[in-house]
Amino acid sequence: MDAIILQVLNGLDKGSAYALIALGLTLIFGTLGVVNFAHGALFMIGAFCAVTLSRILTLSHTIIDDTKKDFLGNPLKVEVPYIYDIFGQTTGDAIIDWAVPLSILFSIPVMVGIGFAMERGLIKHFYKRPHADQILVTFGLAIVLQEIIKYFYGANPIPTPAPEAFTGSFDFGAMLGFDPNTIIYPYWRLVYFAFSAIIIGAVFAFLQFTTFGMVVRAGMADRETVGLLGINIDKRFTIMFGIAAAVAGLAGVMYAPINSPNYHMGMDFLVLSFVVVVVGGMGSLSGAVLAGFLLGILESFASMGAVLEILPGINQIIIYLVAIIILLTRPRGLMGRKGVMEE
Amino acid sequence: MFGLTKRDTKLLIIVAILAIFAPFILNPFPEGSAMAQFNGGYPDLMQRLVIFGIFAIGFNILFGLTGYLSFGHAAFLGVGSYAAIWMMKLLTMNVIPAIMISVIVAGLFSLLVGWISLRRSGIYFSILTLAFAQMSYSLAYSVLTPITGGETGLQPKVDDPRILDGALEAGQSPRANLFGLEMGSSYELNLGSWVFTFNAGYYIAAVVMLLAFYLSIRIFRSPFGMMLRAVKSNQQRLNYTGLNSKPYTLAAFVISGMYAGLAGGLLVAMDTQVGAERMFWTASGEVVLMTILGGAGTLIGPVLGAGFIKYMENIISKINKSILEQWFAFMPDGMEDFFITIVYPFIGKGWHLTLGLMFMMVVIFLPGGLVQGGQKIAGLFRGKKASDDAADGKTTPAE
Repeated sequence: MDAIILQVLNGLDKGSAYALIALGLTLIFGTLGVVNFAHGALFMIGAFCAVTLSRILTLSHTIIDDTKKDFLGNPLKVEVPYIYDIFGQTTGDAIIDWAVPLSILFSIPVMVGIGFAMERGLIKHFYKRPHADQILVTFGLAIVLQEIIKYFYGANPIPTPAPEAFTGSFDFGAMLGFDPNTIIYPYWRLVYFAFSAIIIGAVFAFLQFTTFGMVVRAGMADRETVGLLGINIDKRFTIMFGIAAAVAGLAGVMYAPINSPNYHMGMDFLVLSFVVVVVGGMGSLSGAVLAGFLLGILESFASMGAVLEILPGINQIIIYLVAIIILLTRPRGLMGRKGVMEE
Repeated sequence: MFGLTKRDTKLLIIVAILAIFAPFILNPFPEGSAMAQFNGGYPDLMQRLVIFGIFAIGFNILFGLTGYLSFGHAAFLGVGSYAAIWMMKLLTMNVIPAIMISVIVAGLFSLLVGWISLRRSGIYFSILTLAFAQMSYSLAYSVLTPITGGETGLQPKVDDPRILDGALEAGQSPRANLFGLEMGSSYELNLGSWVFTFNAGYYIAAVVMLLAFYLSIRIFRSPFGMMLRAVKSNQQRLNYTGLNSKPYTLAAFVISGMYAGLAGGLLVAMDTQVGAERMFWTASGEVVLMTILGGAGTLIGPVLGAGFIKYMENIISKINKSILEQWFAFMPDGMEDFFITIVYPFIGKGWHLTLGLMFMMVVIFLPGGLVQGGQKIAGLFRGKKASDDAADGKTTPAE
C-alpha cells in the first residue's frame, strides 16, 4: 500500500507538468485550431524566467570592505548585490532565496507578451493553412527559440534552487499512519502539485464562471456564429493564446527547482505532452488534464523495481505504449469530442 | 527512355550528371585559398548528401503523395542500419548483403508500424509514428543493448565471425568493401591548385541514389502514384467511390520505409557504425525539414533539400570566429566588431538557429519549397506562361 502511494506521489509532479502543458496546448488548439509545436519552448522559456530573475536579483557591485583584510593585509573586495542597498541585507537575502516563487510574478507579463507576439506576428497567418504547415512553422519556431536560449545561457543545465523553507523532504507516510520512513517526499514536489492544481482550477473557473470565459467557450463551439453576433472573437482568442503561454511558462518556472533548466527541456516535454493531448482527446480540456496525471502516474509505476524485473525497459516506453493502445481502441482519445481533427 | 517522358528523362539525366560530377561541382575553390572551407567535395560529406537524398526521396513518396506526415521515419533508418551492421558482423564485410538485408528488415518493420498507424490519419497518425520511433529509440538505448550496443553502438570488430570472409591478416581491421573494392578508397586528382577526390563509396551510393530516384519517378507517374495523390486530395471521396485506400497508403508507407532502410544500410556501408541516436525524433524531424525545404510532392525537391541542408550543416558549422574576422577585416574596426557580433550567433554551433530561421522562412513564404522558389524566379523571366508548368510544384500537404 505504502509503495503504491509513493508511486502515485512520484507521478504527481511529472503528471502536473504534463497536465499544465497539455492544458495550454488544448486551449490553443480548441480556440484557434492551431497545433502549436512551440509550446514546449514556452515551457522552457518559463523555466529560464526563473533563472533570469534570480540572476537579476543577484546582480552585484564590488565594494572595498575596510573591516575585512585578506592575508596580505589589504582591504578585501566584496561583491554586494544591489538588492542589499535597497532592502538591507536580511530582506535582500530573503528575496534572493525566494527568487523562484517571485518569478511567477515576473514570468506572467513576459509569457503573456511572448504569447501575444507569437499569435499576432506568426500564427495569425496560419489559420487558413493546413495543419501540417502549422506543425512545421511552429516546429521551426521552437528550434529558433531553443537556440536563442542556448546562445545566451549556454548548453549546461543551470541549477535553480527552491527557497530554503521548501528544500528537503518530509515523512508523508508517518502522517498517514504508515511506518515512518516508508514514504519520504520532497516539499517542493508537493508545492508543485498544489500550484498546478490551483492553476488548472483557475483556468477552468475562468472559462466556466466569467462572461469572457463564456464567450470563449461559445467561440470554441462555433466561432462563426459568435463572430456574427458582433463579438470580436479574434481578440479574445489572442488573449487565450497569451493565457495558454502563461500557463506553460508558470509550469516551467515552478519546474526549475525540480529539474535544472536546460535549453532542450522544452522539446523533451513537448513530445510527451503531445502524446498526452492526443490520449486525452484533441480539444478536450478535462481530457488533457486527466491524461496528464494518468500518464505521469503510470510512468512512475512503470519505474518501480518490481515492475522492471518482469518487463525490463517498460518505464521508457510505457507512455507511448499506452498512447498506441488508446488511440487504436478509442480513436478520439479518452474524452475527445466528435468532429475535432477529423477529415 | 526507360519508360519515362521526355521531361522526366531530362530531369533524370540532369541529376545523373550532377551526381557524377559532384566532386568537381562541390570543389569550386582551389586548395589553400580563403574560400576553401566552402569546398564540400570531401568523401564523407558527398556520401551523406546522396544518402540523405535517398532518405528524403523515400519520405516524399509518403508525405508528398499521400500527405500523411510521419514523424517517425528515423526508426526505419535506424532499424536498417542495425540490420546492416549485423550482416557485416556475421556474414561478410561486402556491402551488398548488408544493404539488401537493411531494406528487407526496414520494410518488414514499416509494414508493422504502418499497419497500425494508418488506422488513423491527421495528427493522430503523426503521433502514432512518433510514438513508435521513440519506443524503438528508448528500447535500443536500454533493454535491447545486447542487440544494439546501447550507448556505445555497434562497429565491426576484428574477432567477429564473418563466415564468408577469410580470416583477416594480422593488424588488419575489417573494412566495408564491394567485392574487394574498399568503400573508403579514393583517387585524388590534382589540377593546378585544385584537388578533386573521387571516392568509391560515394559513387556506389550515387548509383543507388540514381536508381532510387528513377524508381520514384516511375512511382510518381504510375496509376499507383495517381491513387496516392487521390488519397491526398480527398480520401473521403475516394472511399465513397468504393475504393479502399488503405492498401495504397500502406504500400506507400512500406516503400518509403524501405527507402529509409536503404539509406540506413548505405550509411553503415560508408562509416561501419551505428548508434541509437540515429533513431531519435530529431532525426525524423530532419528528414521532414529536408523534404519541405526542397519541396514536398515534387520529384527533385527532396534531393535538393537534403543536399542543401547537409551541405550547409557541414559548411556553416565549420566557420568560426577567426574566419569571420578574416572576412570582415576590410571594414573599419567598429563596423567589423559590429558585423561579427551580429553574424556570430548564426555560425559554428549556432547552425541550428540558422536552420530553424531558414525553415520558418520557407514554410511562411514558400510552402512549395526551393522548387517553388525556382519556378517563381523562372516564371518572372518567362512571364505568365509558367503557371501550368507549376502544377507539379504546387503542394498543399493534407492531413
